Amino acid sequence: MLRKYYANNKREALAILFFAVAFVAYLATHPRGPSTYVLTIWANQATILALAAMAQFFAVVVRGLDLSVGAVMALANTLASHIVIGTSGEIAGGSLLVLGVAALCGLFNGLIIVYGRIQPIVATLATGAIYTGFALMLRPSPGGDIDADLADMMTYDIGGVPTALVLVVGLLLLLRLPMRRTGLGLSMYAVGSNENGALLSGVAVAKTKLVAYTLAGLFAGLAGSFLGFVTFSGDANIGPSYTLNTLAAVVLGGVLLRGGAGTLLGATIGAFILRTISALMFFSGLPPLAQPFFEGLILATAIAVGGADVLRMRNHLERLER
Amino acid sequence: MNSWLKENAEPLLPLGGSALLVLVGTWFFPSFLSANYLVQQLQIASFLGVMATGAMIVILLGQIDLSIPWTVAGAAIIATSLAAADHAILNVLAIPAALLFGALIGIVNGVGVAVFRIPAMVWTLAVNAMLLGLAVINTGGFNPKGEASALMIELATGRTLGIPNAALLWLTLGAATVSFFRRTAFGRYLFAIGHSEKAAYLSGVDTRQVVFAAFAIAGVCSALGGILLAGYANQAYQSMGDPFLLPAIAAVVIGGTSILGGRGTYFGTVSGAIFATFLTSVLSVLQVGEAWRQILFGSFILAILLLQNIRQRQAHSTDE
Repeated sequence: MLRKYYANNKREALAILFFAVAFVAYLATHPRGPSTYVLTIWANQATILALAAMAQFFAVVVRGLDLSVGAVMALANTLASHIVIGTSGEIAGGSLLVLGVAALCGLFNGLIIVYGRIQPIVATLATGAIYTGFALMLRPSPGGDIDADLADMMTYDIGGVPTALVLVVGLLLLLRLPMRRTGLGLSMYAVGSNENGALLSGVAVAKTKLVAYTLAGLFAGLAGSFLGFVTFSGDANIGPSYTLNTLAAVVLGGVLLRGGAGTLLGATIGAFILRTISALMFFSGLPPLAQPFFEGLILATAIAVGGADVLRMRNHLERLER
Repeated sequence: MNSWLKENAEPLLPLGGSALLVLVGTWFFPSFLSANYLVQQLQIASFLGVMATGAMIVILLGQIDLSIPWTVAGAAIIATSLAAADHAILNVLAIPAALLFGALIGIVNGVGVAVFRIPAMVWTLAVNAMLLGLAVINTGGFNPKGEASALMIELATGRTLGIPNAALLWLTLGAATVSFFRRTAFGRYLFAIGHSEKAAYLSGVDTRQVVFAAFAIAGVCSALGGILLAGYANQAYQSMGDPFLLPAIAAVVIGGTSILGGRGTYFGTVSGAIFATFLTSVLSVLQVGEAWRQILFGSFILAILLLQNIRQRQAHSTDE
C-alpha cells in the first residue's frame, strides 16, 4: 500500500519526507527542546500559512491561480479586528460575517474569471488591489482587538497537542472524502486537468470553478482570522508575502500549477516546510544577516529537487508536456 | 487607417484612458495640464516602460518574471557602489557591471525554467528571495552606501532638446524591441513558443536557447530600470524595485498582451505604461488616500480588461 501511494504521489511523498527531516532538525536544535510550548508556537505560525496554502490549492487545482489570497486574508484579518469581540453572540456573528465576506471575495474572483473571461492571474491581481484597498480602509494602521478567550482557545493546546494542528488535521480529514469521492471534488480535478474534456463529459465547468474560487476565498478568510487569533490585531499590509508564500507552498507540496493534480495534504505540508525552514534558520547559529539568503537558497533547492525528475526523462518532448 | 484602428483597439484603450485621466485632473486643478507636467510624467513612465519591456518579452513566452524587484535593486546597488568607489576603472564599470548582473540573473531564471522546467512563477520568486538575501548580507540591512554617477543622473533626469533622456532611452529600447520582434527569427520564435512550445520545438527551434535569451534580456531591462531609478534618486535603497513589479505586469497586460503568451504588441505595452503612470499621478494629485488608490487601480485594470474582452467577442461574432 505504501509503495502504491509512493508511485502515485511521488512529489507529495518526497515533501512529507523533507518536512519530517526539517521538523526533527528543528526540534533537535531548538534550545528549549521538544515541548508543547515550542510545538504550539510553531504550529500557530505554520497553520496560518497552511490555511492560506489550502486557499491557493483550490484555485490551482482548477487550473487557476489566486494572487488575491493575501489580500483576502488582510481584509478578513482587519475586519475581524473590528467585529470579533464583545458578547459571545457578537463574536459568533462577527466570525461568520468575516468568513462570509471572504467567501464573497472568492466568489467575485470566480465570477470575473468565469464570466468576464479574464485570466486568473491578472484578474486576481486586480481584485487583490481592490481587497487590499478595503482592508486599508478598515485599518489604515495595524491595531484593533480580537476576543482573547476565543483566540486563546484556538492557539493554545488540547492535552498537549496544539489546537492549531487539531484544526488543520480536522479540516484535512473533513475534506478528504468530498474531494475524492463526490462529484464536485472530482469535477475540480477534471476541470483542472482538461477543461474541454470535462465540459464534453457533462461537468458543470462554470459552477465548479465558481465553487473552487469561493472555497479559496473562504480558506483565505480562515487564514486571516487565525492570523488575528495569533496577533490579536488587524494589519492591512500582510498580504503580499503570504500570497507569494502560498505559491511556493503548493509547489513544494507537489500540487501542479497547471492544475488537476495534488492534494490539500500536499499544500499543507508545503506550508509546514516553509515555516519550519524559517524557524530552523532562527536557531541555526547562522549570522542573522545571512539567514534570508539561506532561506531563499533552501527554497530554491527544494523546488529544483522536486522537479529534478525531468533530468531522467527520455526526450525533450516529454519534458515539454509538463 | 480603419484597419489600423481595428488592430490596435486594445492598446488604444489605455491611451484613451490616460487622456481621460488628464482631463479629470485638469477639471479639478486647472493648472494641472502643462507641458512641463506631461514631460515629467513621460520621464517617470520611462522607468516603468523599460522594466515593462523586459516583463513583456517573458510574458510573450507564456512565462513570468517575479524577480524584477530585486534585480532592479541589485543592479542599483552594484551601480551606485561602483560609481562611488575611488578608482577610475571601477567608476567606468558601474553601468556595464549592473547590466551584466541583470543578464546573469536572467540566465539563472532561464536555467530553472527551461532546463528544470520549474514553473517560472515559483522559480523567479525563489531567485528574488535569494537576491534579497544577498542584498541583506551585502548591505548589513542598512541602506546601501554609494551614489549615482554623473552619467546615471544625466540619463535619468537630464533632458536633450527638452525631451527627457530617460524617454529617449526608452524610445531606443522600444525601437530595438519592435525590430527585434519583426525582423529577427529570434523574435518570431518568441511568439511561436508563446503559442505552443511543443510546436515550435518540433519545427526545429531550439526553444531552450530562446527561453534563456528572453529571460536574459528581461534581466538586462530590469537592471537598466534599476540604473535609471538610482540615477533619479541619486542612491540605491532597499526594496526600491518592489513598487514596480505589479505595475510593470499590469502595463503589459492592459496593453493587450496575453498573459498566456504568443500575442501582444509593443505599442500596447507603451500605452499600458503611460496609463499606469498617469493613473498613479492623477490619484496622488487628487490626494486620494492609499486605500482608494488601491481600489481605483484595481478597478481600472479590471474595467479595461473587461472592455477589451467585450470588444474581442464582438469582433469575433462579426467575423463569422
